[in-house]
Amino acid sequence: MHFEVRIEVSPRDGIANPEGSTIERALPALGFEMTGNVRVGKVIRLQVEADSVDAAQSLVEDMCNRFLTNPVIEDALVEVLET
Amino acid sequence: MSHRVGVVRFPGTNCEFDTIDAIRTLGGDAEVLWHADPSLKKVDAVVIPGGFAHGDYLRCGAIARFSPVMESVAAFALNGGPVLGICNGFQVLTEAGLLPGALQKNVGMKFLCSMQQIEFVSTENILGKGSTVGDCINIPINHFEGNFVCPPEALAELETQGQIVFRYTDNPNGSTRDIAGICNKDGNVVGMMPHPERATSALLGSTDGTALIQSFLTA
Repeated sequence: MHFEVRIEVSPRDGIANPEGSTIERALPALGFEMTGNVRVGKVIRLQVEADSVDAAQSLVEDMCNRFLTNPVIEDALVEVLET
Repeated sequence: MSHRVGVVRFPGTNCEFDTIDAIRTLGGDAEVLWHADPSLKKVDAVVIPGGFAHGDYLRCGAIARFSPVMESVAAFALNGGPVLGICNGFQVLTEAGLLPGALQKNVGMKFLCSMQQIEFVSTENILGKGSTVGDCINIPINHFEGNFVCPPEALAELETQGQIVFRYTDNPNGSTRDIAGICNKDGNVVGMMPHPERATSALLGSTDGTALIQSFLTA
């Protein structure tokens, strides 16, 4: 079966996020003083062949642990969509 | 000095010739090790130099750790062989799991290129011979992702096991506890963001890297 996968990579809680902090400092200059706790991550989309949603989920989680994310500083949220 | 050093080149590495030149100037011998060749050519020590290995795509060092040479570098390191990662090389060593922690973007999101003072925190490693704890030296930095981060447990271990090799005296990048370089438990694998090979001639503004490379060449 063919699955579309969306992986949200975000900085781990407790790990400083310089991109988020820089954006947070810039927002008030545009009048957005009400914002806070800005965190920047990334989204990876891919397609995968697997026998089931669970199998696809487990494959992609393995990819995340071994390559797509650095578990020391990043968390991954994997969403599998059947197509 | 008969020390032969292998300097790893990935696609995107750009400090291999500076490193080779510094080693040769200081009496060692050095040659390039191509990343796709798993052979370390019986060298006595390995440097992973600076640059942008595999374009730094995904994360710095993330793709480089899968290059065929890295399995040999890991085996060499686990066997006690001296391995020095400079800048991008430090990032590669953390991604490969040969050193703990990770290097993320500098606080302030600026690429930094400056002379920086660093202090020896531990000399029980391949760079420490001839130096004393507390020695302050000037070595240039040249990086965007040099902000060392580490989970609290691993950080505590680094502190208690004497694995912090260098701290910045004036932290330029937000690095946790001002860390500029660390080593593994045995002291034979060192990663540092500053570039000692660029501080081996008065013409370059500092000769303070000389002692580090000389120590490495006798490790």
